[in-house]
This record gives sequence, structure tokens and C-alpha cells, in this order.
Amino acid sequence: MLLGTNLLMAQTDAGSAATGQAEAPKVDWTGVAYYVLIFFLICLGVAVVGKILKVYDLTLKMQGKKGLNWNTVMATFCIIFLLIGLYGAYWSFTEQGSMTLPEAASAHGVKIDEMFTVTTILTMIVFFITQILLFTFLFRYRYSAKRRAHFLPHNNTIEKVWTIIPAVVLTILVVFGFFTWQKIMNSENLKDDINIDVTGHQFAWELRYPGKDGVLGPKDFRLVTGTNNLGVNFKKKSSFDDLKVDTMYLPVNKSIRLNILAQDVIHSVYMPYFRVQLNAVPGLPTFFKFVPTITTAQMRAKLDDPKFEYTLYCNKICGGSHYNMQKVVRVVSEAEYQTWLSKQKPYLNDALRKELHFASANEQSNGSTNRLALNN
Amino acid sequence: MSTLAVHDHEVAHHDEHGHEHHHDQSFLSKYVFSMDHKMIAKQFLITGITMAVIAMILSILFRIQLAYPEKTFPLLTTLLGRFAPNGRISPDFYLALVTIHGTIMVFFVLTAGLSGTFANLLIPLQVGARDMASPFMNMLSYWLFFLASVIMLSSFFVQKGPASGGWTIYPPLSALPKAMPGSGEGMTLWLISMVLFVASSLMGGINYVSTVLNMRTKGMDLWKMPLTIWALFLTAILGILAFPVLVAGVVLLIFDRSVGTSFYLSDIVLNGVQQPFEGGSPILFQHLFWFLGHPEVYIVIMPAMGISSEVMSVNSRKPIFGYHAMVYSLIGITVLSFIVWGHHMFVTGMNPFLGGVFMITTLIIAVPSAVKTFNWLATLWRGNIRFTPAMLFAIGMVSFFISGGLTGIFLGNATLDINLHDTYFVVAHFHLVMGSAAIFGMLAGVYHWFPKMFGRMMDEKLGYLHFWLTFICAYLVFFPMHFMGLDGVPRRYYAFTEFASMQKWLTINTFVTWAAIIAALSQFGFLYNFFVSMFKGEKATQNPWESNTLEWTTPVEHLHGNWPGEIPTVYRWPYDYSKPGAEQDYIPQTVPYSQTMSSNLPHDFEDNPAGLEALNTYTSTLKANEQVK
Repeated sequence: MLLGTNLLMAQTDAGSAATGQAEAPKVDWTGVAYYVLIFFLICLGVAVVGKILKVYDLTLKMQGKKGLNWNTVMATFCIIFLLIGLYGAYWSFTEQGSMTLPEAASAHGVKIDEMFTVTTILTMIVFFITQILLFTFLFRYRYSAKRRAHFLPHNNTIEKVWTIIPAVVLTILVVFGFFTWQKIMNSENLKDDINIDVTGHQFAWELRYPGKDGVLGPKDFRLVTGTNNLGVNFKKKSSFDDLKVDTMYLPVNKSIRLNILAQDVIHSVYMPYFRVQLNAVPGLPTFFKFVPTITTAQMRAKLDDPKFEYTLYCNKICGGSHYNMQKVVRVVSEAEYQTWLSKQKPYLNDALRKELHFASANEQSNGSTNRLALNN
Repeated sequence: MSTLAVHDHEVAHHDEHGHEHHHDQSFLSKYVFSMDHKMIAKQFLITGITMAVIAMILSILFRIQLAYPEKTFPLLTTLLGRFAPNGRISPDFYLALVTIHGTIMVFFVLTAGLSGTFANLLIPLQVGARDMASPFMNMLSYWLFFLASVIMLSSFFVQKGPASGGWTIYPPLSALPKAMPGSGEGMTLWLISMVLFVASSLMGGINYVSTVLNMRTKGMDLWKMPLTIWALFLTAILGILAFPVLVAGVVLLIFDRSVGTSFYLSDIVLNGVQQPFEGGSPILFQHLFWFLGHPEVYIVIMPAMGISSEVMSVNSRKPIFGYHAMVYSLIGITVLSFIVWGHHMFVTGMNPFLGGVFMITTLIIAVPSAVKTFNWLATLWRGNIRFTPAMLFAIGMVSFFISGGLTGIFLGNATLDINLHDTYFVVAHFHLVMGSAAIFGMLAGVYHWFPKMFGRMMDEKLGYLHFWLTFICAYLVFFPMHFMGLDGVPRRYYAFTEFASMQKWLTINTFVTWAAIIAALSQFGFLYNFFVSMFKGEKATQNPWESNTLEWTTPVEHLHGNWPGEIPTVYRWPYDYSKPGAEQDYIPQTVPYSQTMSSNLPHDFEDNPAGLEALNTYTSTLKANEQVK
């Protein structure tokens, strides 16, 4: 039935979409009426079934038999729900579970995945035990007029047991998680870290790579112009060789330091395959360090998907086009990375050079001062 | 102290009673500007249900967009006009829908609708008071809530549409009117509405706390209060302490928006234009917001826990297992909920060490939650379970609380949160643990106390249908979402069409949408049942569920002041169900121990040596008699 209605809906849409652009799409009122009618028919059906049940119940009673025992009916429903639910959960775990992210493509991501596996096993044990107990108790202890419930107001021993066990298990998870977290977030800066600036704005990411000096020049939001859209400060030499880049290329097995910035509203740099996420906050530069371990080519082979690309996308609501704010990320070998890098154009392009001449002259006459950059 | 207060109130009541005989209440003072807690409870409930239906319709609208991102529905244009040009909901309006859906559900339904209804109805009735401590403030609380609701909904009628920065309204998105259409007048209305809402919530909360503390009837000490009262009491305390912080956050945001201050803003270039803000921090708002926001989720779930505990105990015909542990775990949750807010901010750029600390406190709060779950299971064990619709919803609440609570262990772990933050995993988690669980707690309460509110019974069979459809569909909607989150699918995405990696989830989205539509349609069964039973339902008896608590000692026909004569005295805890030796399987709180000698236990007299002695003489004479026989 579900599929049938889908089809019908699609047909009505196709019909209306065909009408011209100038004309407002026309509502297919018969289609609407059809749905309303179906709903009323279902309601009517429910009412009829309800009445039949009532009549059946009454006739049973008239014949001197007991009426329908709804407690037993509901208890049976509970046990059926449990069985179907368990199968459904299993089905969902295997079917949709297999559609989730593949193994982590970064060094720290492997640790996150280990932790995830441990937590999943522990919580799933609790999940299945408690849900099974809940619904079997409901069936097993359904109402009977002949019986009285067992008066059991408390039992201190068992209460202590089930306070202490979760506490111990959670302590283990906390300790394990705390140290992993500290390790991931407090990684030291290494000399050969590759510094990459990722700047989010509505609705795109800007990438800036350091040039030969390996240092990114400072930035200031006050220096932003049409051509210098990141506000790079060209009073500093380190800015001159910075590269403007379109696709994020990363050499495999190298430590990457993403400097995460935002210009207008909060964005979030999310690269789920690498288990990387950190918000980009205007006025608060942040960074995330990670080591990619699987190249794009390797991942394509693993997933058997020749078109696969790693992506970086926005994961903090940032406006109307939030749903389409992405950058392609390619993890390549060191050699490929170097060839690619040598082809990239510097940030300081001709237009900017031209503009800066005027700008620097203006600045001198205004006597405005440079503010220290925020990053580095 | 409580005795004194009760005495004072009785005097006041006698005056009032005499006064009432002279003139009947007008329609306006009885139904509209009522100061009777029972009427205010009904007002909260019906407004809450209305808001819930609206928020539910909003959710169906955005679910349609997610299921059919590339189809056009001309009907949407007819209904929504400029918000859905060419038969498709616009991206900005999609965000407005999710924002207002979240805001209404969290604040207007599950805070005001839930606490407002049941605190108002149950606190005076279950502690044995004639009314709230301040009936006038109580009325004001409802009307401010009503005003807040109207203002929130009115934002659909402004040119650029309602607020659309997500229900968490993080600045700078919400602070810069040019950042998105919804950050214009819509946002202003959102902020005004929230300030009024918090005022309403505080008035209610202060009333609830003072009523519980000062107006309990004779014999009703704190450890004789039903768990509903404990839960509502602690919820009110949470609200009083947490909501003002939201107002502080909101007022500073209003300043940033309208006066040009820079509390939350710094270094902003919007559409290539530098903004004159300096020195603020967007993170500050998140701290202020979540300082309320996290206690808020417990404000939502604790009344549901209390209601479920009560309903499950009554319908299992068994005392709630570990009453003291249940109360202490509620207290534990109340205290801990103030020091866990940072777990919403692990990846915001907050100092990672702080993240580590918040992770520890967050996982500690799982312990009292686990204790509660085990105690509910132990309550069912060897019970004599009657499946009323209320009982089914309470059970559903427990099931959802387990399913959703366990995923909280993932999200509370900062390490795992790196990849799960803001994905559908989060959506699944909180919709189960605080959305579905809390709404099921609320529905359990509605089915259970409907006879008390309206003097009539709801239709049981329709209740069963409502339960099973809603329960199954809620799982069908939220269970698959976990896996979307594990695949890195972000929440608040207008369409999954732009990413090759997300397109495989389109079929799941269609499935989820249809499950949601069926769930939504089955709510009409509830609405029909609710409104028709109100006038045509079977007349209720005084104690239809054979329950112990005080509210069932009041007459079916409502009267101002609740009890016609003296307020009954309480002698025992509220959970003496199926006590061995008792005549019936329940002993109301108003029955003194002297009348139930055959069922008394030494445990009942822990703080009452005289009573214990009487029990000992009784048992020894009983034994002596048996020996004589």
C-alpha cells in the first residue's frame, strides 16, 4: 500500500510540474481528496472493528462466558512486540549497520573506533537484557484475579549491586575515554606539521596552504576586500608565498594541522572518514591535528567505488545552504602531493598585487595600524 | 511546620467557602481567568496539546522534504505560500520548521505542557492542599505561557518567517539579521516569547516548590510523598535555578542584535563586509544556553519519570521498588544536571581539558539513571500487571528511556562525540530519551488522571490502538537514524542530494517519513478520544484505578478547595499495594495503621516506637490465640 501511494503521489507531482514556469503550480485537488478519503475510510474501519469487538464481547458475556481479557491480549502483544522488535533490531544492525562509515582513515580515528566498539558491546548487552526483561515480565506477570503481586518494597543488597556495577563500568569507560580524548586534542605541535588554514563562510570553505617557508602569514578580518577575501596581512613576508588552493590535498601518514576559522557565523569542519570534527568559530581560531593513513585510491579500492572522494563538510547550522557546503579532500602519496603543491598558485595574485599598491598608499595616509593576526 | 500551614489554610478556606455560596462563578472567572489549580492544569494541558499538534505538523512538513527532496507538492505552495515556492519547501523555511518544531516541543509541550499540567493538577491533590500557595501567580503563569505561545506562533506571519537558527539559536547566526532571513523579526519574536515563557515558568516553579514545602496535609512528611510529587518538586527547583540563566543569555543576545554590543560577536565579515563587533565570544552564549539547556532535558524527563513510577506501581499492584533509591536518584540527577552542560560543547573549540571534565560528570549522571531503570524493572517483577493505556505508555517510556539513554553513553564520551556530534545519531538519541520518553510519560499521565481532570473515563481500546501505533512508529522513525549518524550524516540538512555518500540514505528517509506520518495520524485517535471522552465518556468512579494516593479521595465533581470537609490526614506511604494480610490489594494513604493490624510490618514503624510496641503486642496476642486454638 505504501508503495502504491508513493507512486500515485509522484504521478500527481509530475502532472503539476509540467505546467509552465510563469504559472503557479496547480493543486491536484482530487489527489488531496483521495488521501483525505483514505484517511476517513481507515478511521471508519477502526470504528467498525471497535464496534465488532464490543458486540463480540457483549455476546460472550450474554452467553455467560467471560468477556475478552484485554490484559492477556495486551500481554501477548507485548511478547509479540519483543520478538518482532528483537528481529527488527537485528535486521537494522545488519542492514543499515553495514551502510555506516568504513574503518577510520586516520591514526587517532582507529582509537576512536576501538572505543566505539567497546562501548557498543557493553551498551548492547544492557540494551538486550533490559528490553527482554521488560517485555517478558509484562507477559509473565500479566493480571490474574486469582493472584496477588509479591510485596517487595526494597532490597538493599541488590540495589547496591546495580548501583555499583554501572558505576564501575562507567568509570572504566570514563578513564579510557578521558585519556584518549586528551591524547587526540592535546597533540604537540611538530616541526614538520603541515599547516592548513580552513576558513568557513556562508557557504563555502577557503583553503590556504603555506608556501616554501612552511609558515602561514597572519590574517586580520579588517583587511578583507573583494580580492583579499581572507584578509591576509601582506605586511609580513611569510604571507607572500602562501598558496590559494581549491581541493584539499593531504600527503598520507603526515601530521596535518588544520587551523579552523570562520568569518561570519559558526561552521563546523566535519570529515567523518577521518573522525575529525571541530567547530569554526568567528573570533576564536581553533585547530585539529590528525594523521591520514589511507589514501583516496586505497579507500576507493576498499569500498569498491571508483568515484569515492573524501569530503569535508559543514556540520553546524549556518544558513540556507548549510546542506551544501563541502570541499573535496584527497589523500595522496608524498610524491603526488609535492607535484600537486608545485602547481598551486600563490594567494598573492596579480589582481591583489595591483590592489595592494593602492591599499598600502591609502593606509599610510590614514595612518591606521596593523592588528596582530589571530592565528599562529 | 506543615501542620501549621494546613491549619492556616483551612481557616482561609472556610471564609472562601462561605463567600462562594453567595454568588456563582462567572464563565470568565471559572474557565478563563481561573485561579483554581485544576482548571489551570487543564488550560496548560489543552494549550500543550494544541502546541504539540502544531509542532507535529511542522515535523511532518520537513519530513516530506527529506523523503522527497526532488519532488514538488503544489499543495505545499497553497498552504505555505512564499515559504514553499514552486511546490517545495525553501531551504530557509526548512530550517525555520526544524527550529520551531524543536522550540515548541522542548519548551511549550514538554516543559509547560508536562510540568504545567501535572504539577498544577497533582501537587495540591497529592500533598493534600486546597490549592496552590499563590493561586493568582498560578493564573499569571498560565497566561504568560499562553502569550508566549501566541508570540512564538505569530512569527510565522512576519515577512521573513520565523526564527531559523536551530532551537539552540547560536549567535552569530541568530545575532546577525542579515545572516539568514529567520534572524530578522522572527528571531526578535522568538526572544520575546522565550523571555515571557521563562517568566511563566518561574512563577509556576516558585508556586510548586512553596506548595510542596509548606502546604502538605497532616502526616504527609517528605518521605510519604508519591514519586510524582518528588519529581515535580525537583523539576521546579531545577527550573528556578536554570531558567534565569537563559534569560541572561537571551537579554545579552537582544543587546547584540539591537543595541550594537559585542557580547557574543567578534571578527565578523558578513558577505564581504566587515562588522563593527570586537571582543565578544560566541562560546559564551553556548555556555549560558546549555547551563539552562542541559537541566532543561531533565526538566523534561523527570516529571515523566515520576508519572511513570506512579502509574507502574499502581498498575503492577506492587510498591515501587526502592522508593528511597528512586528519590535519591532524582536528587542525584537534579544536582548533577547542573555540572554536565559542557558535553554539548565538546567540539566547539572549548578548552579540551574542560571537555574531559564534563565527560566525567556526564557519565556519572548515567548511574542514577541506570538505578531508576533497574528499579522499574524490579517493580514489574512478580507484579500483577493491569494493562491500562496509562500503564502501556509508562512501559513505553521505560523502553524508550533505555534505548535512548544507552546512546547517551556514546555521546557523553568526548572521544566518540568528535564523530557523532550534530549527526543523526544525536537526533535519534534525544528524540528517544527525552522526546518519545517524555511524551509517553505525559500521555501516561493524561490517560491515568483523565478521570480526575474531567470526571469521565477515556476509551480504553482506542487508547490501546493509540499506544501500539505510536510506540511502533516511534521506534521505526528513530531507530534507523542511529545508523545514519554513524555514517556521518549531519542533522539540519535540507536535502541529502548534494553528497554522493548520503544518497544511499534516501530510501531510509522515505521509510522514516511514512512511519512518522502514520504516527502523526494515529494521534488523531488520541485527540478524538480525549475530546469526545471529555463530554461523552463513561462517568468515572471516585477511585477508578484502586490507587492509594490522596487525589482519589476527592469527590469526582470538582469543587474549589478539593475536599468538601476537612483535608484527610495521611498515615502511610503511597505504595502499600498487595500488602500481605491486607483485605484488598491496596491501602490508601489515609488509612491509619490501627485499622490494618493484620497487614502491618515491623518496617512500617521504624521511626515510631509506640506503634512498633502495639504491633508486637498484636502479633504476640495473635500467636497466643493460635496456640489456644
